[in-house]
Amino acid sequence: MITATESPPEITHRLRLIVAGSTIRSRRAIENLRRVCKEHLGGHSDLEIIDIYQQPQFAKEYQVIAAPTLVKLLPLPVRRIVGDLSEEDRLLRALDLAMLPAAGGA
Amino acid sequence: MPPEPATTAPSKSATGIAGFDEILLGGLPTARPTLICGAAGCGKTLFAITFLVNGATRFGESGVFMSFEERAEDLAANVASLGYDLDGLVEAGKLALDHVRVERSEIEETGQYDLEGLFVRLGYAVDSVGAKRVVLDTIESLFSGFSDTAVLRAELRRLFTWIKERGLTAIITGERGEGLLTRHGLEEYISDCVVLLDNRVIDQIMTRRLRVVKYRGSAHGTNEYPFLIDAAGISVLPVTSSGIDRPVSNEIVSTGIAGLDAMLRNGGLYRGSSILLSGVAGTGKTTIGSHFIDAACRRGERCMFFVFEEGAEEICRNVLSVGIDLRRWADAGLLRFEAARPSLYGLEMHLARMQRDVAEFQPSVVVVDPISAFRGPIAEVHATLLRMVDLLKSVGITGLFTSLRTTGSLHDGTDQALSSLMDSWIKLMDIEANGERNRVLYVIKSRGSSHSNQVREYRMTDSGIELIEPYIGPEGVLTGTARITQEAREQAAAERRQRDIEQRRRASERRQDALERQIAELSAALEAEHDEARALQLADAAHDAGLSRDRSAIAARRGGAE
Repeated sequence: MITATESPPEITHRLRLIVAGSTIRSRRAIENLRRVCKEHLGGHSDLEIIDIYQQPQFAKEYQVIAAPTLVKLLPLPVRRIVGDLSEEDRLLRALDLAMLPAAGGA
Repeated sequence: MPPEPATTAPSKSATGIAGFDEILLGGLPTARPTLICGAAGCGKTLFAITFLVNGATRFGESGVFMSFEERAEDLAANVASLGYDLDGLVEAGKLALDHVRVERSEIEETGQYDLEGLFVRLGYAVDSVGAKRVVLDTIESLFSGFSDTAVLRAELRRLFTWIKERGLTAIITGERGEGLLTRHGLEEYISDCVVLLDNRVIDQIMTRRLRVVKYRGSAHGTNEYPFLIDAAGISVLPVTSSGIDRPVSNEIVSTGIAGLDAMLRNGGLYRGSSILLSGVAGTGKTTIGSHFIDAACRRGERCMFFVFEEGAEEICRNVLSVGIDLRRWADAGLLRFEAARPSLYGLEMHLARMQRDVAEFQPSVVVVDPISAFRGPIAEVHATLLRMVDLLKSVGITGLFTSLRTTGSLHDGTDQALSSLMDSWIKLMDIEANGERNRVLYVIKSRGSSHSNQVREYRMTDSGIELIEPYIGPEGVLTGTARITQEAREQAAAERRQRDIEQRRRASERRQDALERQIAELSAALEAEHDEARALQLADAAHDAGLSRDRSAIAARRGGAE
């Protein structure tokens, strides 16, 4: 609601998607996340995709156990969303976007 | 026993935990995961961390500790009390700590996933220090964070396979579940080695125990073994040494009491033997034990005094009153006191502690005062004492055990049960008679030595315990005042007899004198008679001569007239 009135693209969602290699599951998670970001967040997201095969130190830093894991750093509280993000309802709820489809989806 | 053909024995990685490696006949299986399970507070984490710390400090093997419960900082703080410097090891690149946070409330699941993140983290940590040892503490926490147990199980199975492939020796800890070794049946996946920890509270005393449930491809100790966690870390108490074949010594050591040594015929007790000193309260068990220690220290030997009823200071003060100065030996480092309340630990805990202390101090004489302080089921007490005696004998330590008997009777259950363990048994008693109490001792048995059959009275003097020459007479064996009065009585009688004889001798002499005097008087009288007789004779002769002279004179006168 507030985001809509702000003119400069303020970052509301800081997200890190952690994947392990370029598996089908990784690609599916990336696709799902990109779509949601585009549809629901516009330019208000800071998304970074990390492949822990390339940068294993981030696995510990972001407290990753499962792969893929989407770490939501902002808005607080921090949440870890595991899986290939194929269940969009749950993903939206986890990203605190659950109310938006009802308001803006019309 | 599985009918498997004998394959090459698995190589083993020592844990460095005293006693544990002995039970495992070397250590945990190298490049295999081992499951350590038990209820909360059993010491699983401590076992695991000790395995890593010893690996890093003693066996040159770096390790990774992956904690699913405690944060790395908490872990480091918790084990600092045991002298483990985790931070130092981390800095030295010998240890990597990773705390894996599993928080159900922070985790959302959408779609398919695997645990590759965990694999990468573990792999990264292993590579960062070149680890050979890994601990996953407690990996089952994952089940609380993720709902898809099918995935978890598959991933755990994969993880354990991965550990083997990477050649990592791993400890996986698991919380005891109902009817299962672990809550989620991890034992299904880890079949190489499973160790079960347990802590039981009996009579408000907790005893920790450990059992190797299985060890694939290796023999192992199968009993339940008690173990101890204290400031010195973990000590596991291995079994009663299986055999009773031990090196024996023919050397004799003095008891420190000359009279007692004499009673034992060959001048004392065999080195490495065990001696039971039993007696009722106040018979000087501790004092005799102190004598024994004093004698050993005088020979320059190291002694340990395990006391369960008095403190070290109290004992030093008390025995000083009978002229034994233990403090100087303690100060000289020859004597070490270990005082503890019997109720502080369970029996096995005491034993474990004792074993550790003995191994550390290396004494040649150990006195335990008293063993009767250990309470519990007779069978358990007996088993503990058996192990205690065994423990000392196996390393050739001479052990003196005191035992308080509650009754003065000759036979007592505990003593009886103990007797078979002991090489020598000295019994202290007190005899109540004539309104006093006297202490006596006798040697019930002394293996490998003839010994006196006498019941001997002893006294506590300013210079220690002193055995008194026994009074044996027509009245039997007497002690104390009875002995003294009897001796006095006999002496009086002797004196009386002596006086009597003297008197009679003198009377006889007097009579002799009298007789001699009489003889002298009679002789004198006789002499007088003789004189008288002679005088009479002379008088008679003179008379006769006078008559004849008169007659001649008359004749002459007549003749003249004619």
